[in-house]
Amino acid sequence: MSTVLDGLYYTKEHEWVKVEDGVATIGITDHAQGQLGDIVFIELPSPGDEVTQMLECGVVESVKTASDLFSPVSGEVVEANKNLLQEVDGEDNEDFHPEYVNTDPYGQGWMLKIKLSKPEEIEQLLSAEDYKKLI
Amino acid sequence: MDNVVQLKKTALYERHVEANAKMAEFAGYMMPIEYPSGIIKEHELVRSSAGLFDLSHMGEIEIRGEWAEELVQYIIANDISALLPGSVIYTPVCNHQGGVVDDVLVYKMEDRIMLVVNASNKDKVHKWLMDQERWFCSQPERYSCLVVDRSEKLSIIAIQGPKAEEILQKVTPVNLSEIGYYTFVKGGICKSEGIISRTGYTGEDGFELYVPNEDAVAIWDTVLDAGREYGLAPIGLGARDTLRFEAKYPLYGHELNDDRTPFESGIGWAVKLEKNDFIGKDPLKKFETEKPARKMIGFEMKKPGIARKDHKVFNAEGKEIGVVTSGSFSPSLKKNLGLAVVDRKGIKIGTQINIEIRGRMVPAQVIKTPFYKGSVKSAKKNAD
Repeated sequence: MSTVLDGLYYTKEHEWVKVEDGVATIGITDHAQGQLGDIVFIELPSPGDEVTQMLECGVVESVKTASDLFSPVSGEVVEANKNLLQEVDGEDNEDFHPEYVNTDPYGQGWMLKIKLSKPEEIEQLLSAEDYKKLI
Repeated sequence: MDNVVQLKKTALYERHVEANAKMAEFAGYMMPIEYPSGIIKEHELVRSSAGLFDLSHMGEIEIRGEWAEELVQYIIANDISALLPGSVIYTPVCNHQGGVVDDVLVYKMEDRIMLVVNASNKDKVHKWLMDQERWFCSQPERYSCLVVDRSEKLSIIAIQGPKAEEILQKVTPVNLSEIGYYTFVKGGICKSEGIISRTGYTGEDGFELYVPNEDAVAIWDTVLDAGREYGLAPIGLGARDTLRFEAKYPLYGHELNDDRTPFESGIGWAVKLEKNDFIGKDPLKKFETEKPARKMIGFEMKKPGIARKDHKVFNAEGKEIGVVTSGSFSPSLKKNLGLAVVDRKGIKIGTQINIEIRGRMVPAQVIKTPFYKGSVKSAKKNAD
């Protein structure tokens, strides 16, 4: 029922990864957003922060519960999706749309762009086929 | 073995599955947490029109016999002595230390009394009642009462929202406008011998129908059908929680627990210390003249973050002053709000506090409660 896009990599923690020119764009899968329900709050690392594969790098909160976000790859955060942040530069964000993660998890709901420090880690991720079997 | 097999199902279970509800275990039952439209849409529907709830996991315990009223008076902290048959009252049931065993609704009928208890406390309260009955009714010149758990036989269907009366009126000959807030009548829905009660847990006007299990599906379908033009839809336990949270109705296990008195949980108004002996009266009696050290507050997050149950609360000077009991994004107000029990001293509307969220201090401010006032006919008194 949930959409799994071909050509992306996936993790057991239900994140997706798209790799272009040494930069990974990551988000959570359609299956994950469906399980969480209405998403209302997201905490992400800032550009310049280092993240490590398999370690917590943020939090995704639905109405009911908070879930950790694990980084599927290691590297430096080059961009965080501003639409998912309640506050930008200390000010209320008028373009705050956490619901993008529900409505468009592989598109407008993307979360981070990470410059890969260990590109070989990609090989440990799941293919779309493998991920479909998991869910 | 498959765990799911061991869980109980309400009479409406198939209806929830057919509606593609997200089902999860709650208090031993498989219950609908949310339907495909999601908690926020469900919440908004109840606030703007009406929603239909299956609450059949809740417990109904009847007390019958000549001494039934005296026994109930001894067990509950509120006072039913002046209550007429056909009336409902909200009350904490306290332990001997003054903590809250459960909060219940008491239905006073001509020949018996029914207590509606929290699903998760059903067995605990039933045992508590049996134990108290044994002692109370063994006293000289008293006769025993019959304490009967009817939970497995009864379904509860609630219709809540500003359009609840209009919708339900289409399917019952009973004149609903004559049923006052916190009163009930017998019968009248789909030839079923149930109860129609003007009560609820959402902050909106509405009714709770107590009906035999075998009638539940027909009533559910009939009411849903009657409400189609109003957009009436089933609502899961997720939205039930956000609705009660905005209305500041306490929830056992969150605001209420066995170690916290009603006066610290914002329901001191439901304790009648002037009444004859009841369990918990001795330790609570001091609150006639003194304020409890802790009180319940509502707060709004001033910086990004959602407070959740058990997060610690600090004052502006950095001293730990209490604990969050419930916290959520508020679908009606579009803000992150919370309820907490904190040391009373120096805390009033407008006070700046901090909530520790994942090791970080996030500023919040004490605000007025309830957060949201809905269409409910008469708001409960609020002592604080």
